[in-house]
Parts: sequence; C-alpha cells; structure tokens
Amino acid sequence: MIKKLYVSVSAEFDTDGNMRPSMIHLEDGRDIRIKKVKNAVRAASLKAGGQGTRYLCSIGAKDIYLFCEDMKWFVEWSE
Amino acid sequence: MKTILHVDLNNFYASVECMYDPSIRGLPVAVCGDIELRHGIVLAKNYIAKAAGVKTGYTIADAKRACPGLVCVPPHMDRYMRYSAMAKGIYSEYTDKVESFGIDECWLDLGTEADGVAAANEIRRRIKRELGVTASVGVSYNKIFAKMGSDYKKPDATTEITADNYKALLWRLPVSDMMFVGRATESRLRLYGIDTIGDLAKCDPSLLARLLGKNGLMLYRFANGMDDSEVSAITEGPPLKSIGNSTTAPRDLLTEDDVRVTYMVLCESVAARLRKHALKCGTVSIDVRDSELFVFTRQKRLLSPVCTAEELFSAAMELHRTNRRPGMRIRSLGVRASSLCPLIGMQLTFYDDEAKQRREALSAAEDSINSRFGPRSVVHGITMADRDLSSFTPSDDRVVAPDRFEAYI
Repeated sequence: MIKKLYVSVSAEFDTDGNMRPSMIHLEDGRDIRIKKVKNAVRAASLKAGGQGTRYLCSIGAKDIYLFCEDMKWFVEWSE
Repeated sequence: MKTILHVDLNNFYASVECMYDPSIRGLPVAVCGDIELRHGIVLAKNYIAKAAGVKTGYTIADAKRACPGLVCVPPHMDRYMRYSAMAKGIYSEYTDKVESFGIDECWLDLGTEADGVAAANEIRRRIKRELGVTASVGVSYNKIFAKMGSDYKKPDATTEITADNYKALLWRLPVSDMMFVGRATESRLRLYGIDTIGDLAKCDPSLLARLLGKNGLMLYRFANGMDDSEVSAITEGPPLKSIGNSTTAPRDLLTEDDVRVTYMVLCESVAARLRKHALKCGTVSIDVRDSELFVFTRQKRLLSPVCTAEELFSAAMELHRTNRRPGMRIRSLGVRASSLCPLIGMQLTFYDDEAKQRREALSAAEDSINSRFGPRSVVHGITMADRDLSSFTPSDDRVVAPDRFEAYI
C-alpha cells in the first residue's frame, strides 16, 4: 500500500533562483540526504494521489520520487 | 485550411477527485454538493457511476438508489481551477489562440501549417503524465466539428473530422448529438422527420428557418461544416454576452422580504461585475425555481441601460411581483443582465437624470471600498435584514458550463 507522506525538506537555491531539494526530514526524526536530483518534471503521482513538480532523487542505493505540490512536499511511501 | 483542436478533460471533477484519492479509483464516484446547504445534487460522476445510471443533477438519494455502492465526495473548486489553469498552460505552449468553453474544455487554433493529430496526441500524453487525468481531443477545420470530434470517442482519444470524412462520421449520429440541439429543439426536429445530423444537413434551410428562426439556419450551417467563428486569443477571453448570478437559498424563501434580500445580494454582484467590465445592460432577466422544482424565467427590456444594483433590483422585483404564483416556496433565484453595451461613450437619453448619475457615482465609490477592504465590505442595508440569506458571495460561484449560444448567432 502506497501512501502520501508529507515531509519537510531543506532546499538549496542557486544564483538563478532555481530550487533543489537537498535533505528530506521524516516525522520520526530521521533525515535522508539527497545525493543527486536526476530530473525535475511536472507530473501526477498516480500511486499516492496528487500532482506537482516531481523530483527524481537519488538517496543512497535507490531513487525515490519527491513531489512539491503547492509548496507542500510529499513522498510516495510504501507501508 | 485552419487546424482547430477541441480538448475536453474527461469527467473532469470526478477524475480530479480520483486522482487525489487513489482509494476510490475503480469505484463509482460522484462529486456532490453540500446537503446541509441544500445543494445535495450530483455535479459530476465518473464512467463507472454513469454506467450504473447516475446522472448529473440527480439528488444524492436518487443517485444512491441507482447505484447503491456510489462514493459521494464533496467538490474542491480550488483544485479544479488549478487543474484548469495548468491545462491551459499546456495549451498555450502550442498557440496563443486558446478559448475556454467552461472549466474543462478549450478550443485551440493551431493555424494553417500544423499537424493537428500529432499535436492532439502530444497534448493528451502530456495531460495524462503531468496532470494525471485523461482528455479527448477533436481535430478539425472549424470549432463545431472539433467539439463534435472530442465528443465522438471518450475517454483519452483523438478524433479527426475532415472535409472528407465528416459525412461518414457525423451525419449518421442522432440530431441530439449536434451542439446546441437541446431537448426542445430535438423534439421539434423529430416531428419533421429530422432524426440525424445528416437529415439536418440535407434539409431545406428555409424549412429550418421557419421551424427554429435564425437558430435553424445556424444549425444547418453547422451540420454542413460551415462554421467560420474564430478562436479567441488567450488574453482576450470570449466576448461577454451576459452576466448573471444565481443561488440556492439555505431555506425556502416564503415572504417578499426573503426574496428582496436574496435579489439584492445577486443584483449587487451582477452590477459590480458589469462595472468591472465597464458595461451596462439593457435587459434584465430572472430565474425562479420553487421547492417543487417548477421554474420560470422572465425578462424585461429597460428604458435605458443600467449598471447599478438598485436599478437591476427594481427591475428584478417588478418581474418577480408580476409573475410569481401565490404561496410559492422559492428554492433558488437568479438574476442575469444582457443586451450589454459599453459603460462610456454611450448615446445620452432623455431618461438619464441627475439621480441616476449620482447612483452610478455612488456605485463607483462602493466598488472602490470593496476592492480596498474586500468583497461585501459595503452593502445595501436590506441585505442585513437576514444574515442567513445574505451570507453567500455570488461572485465566487464558478461558471461551469457557460451559455455561449448567442455567440454563434
């Protein structure tokens, strides 16, 4: 079961004003460092329900989708 | 020849709700108004609910009788507006001629050189990927056929209607599938053996003119692909033909005072919108619906064009008093201003008096206060007589399916 998990995010802004998420902070206190943002596109989250800018983030060995929807961030979280 | 696309977001409200809540996907879903506010009817439904017999406009109870497992969800207008704007953003990457037809449909004029089908397929793919909903697209050389193309196959499909295939594709369809043919027109046409769009196209135009007036000629032209109306530019918006607001009251309106309070709120909104567009109106009409859902519509031509709430209100009340039935329990009221003309540069009339000019200046001052301190910061005293009845803000109501009939005449 995939659910929509809202998270807080730290982000970096470059000199052109582009935003790049750098760290995901989970509610249980864990922080997940984003090694690389592979791409950012506007997309729907069919699994969790929602729509926004979708960042394909490399975190350690795997990649996850991080969505920014109306300036609220969420991940597709499998339970 | 021009390439015109008509993009229709399929089952828009219900699709957006299913997009946001994966747990209801695959179930019969209806987007329904608020029962508490007596808006408890089906506003939209998905294909599964439609197949089970749920129709738009059903009460929630009727809809659940037709489809016992129906999932009813409340509408989220903010989401629909956001989706609509994002879809228009995609269209505007292909052309600056994008004309809305309601919240979920648009025409696009791609000019004379474009590959319409390729663009349509790309737009469909993008809408699915970026917004998570599906669209059907009609591709043709005029607006009417493009619209009929998007209706031809749903969901998530492209249909091209060309000068070579329109007879084969469209002429065998029932005449009710023709844009602007409603129930009354359909039964009128069927009386004369005009059952299909092909029958309409082959009919003698003078007979249609006798039957339906200028609308008959318009339908004849449309059935034969002779629509040359332009797609408005995205910045222009379609030309305004009328401005109206309506409301379903939180309780039945029984006394004249109840009716007066409701009409005044509606007239304030319509008048403010007229002034915002720098327009006056020469005709006022009212729509009245009682608790038995009996409806009457009446209209009145004014001596000279107006743009103030007081003048709209007095015309609306006069129409109401002349046409109401004794003992009516009124459920909803609507006020519409039409025969629009520019606010400035109008011909002066003998009827324009000083009092009228003062009222207009006062209305301009009201607009300025309301724009500075928020809507309804200053209102007419009568609307304070019953706060329950006047607590709605009609200008926030969204136009879901605009009446653009006149635009084509």
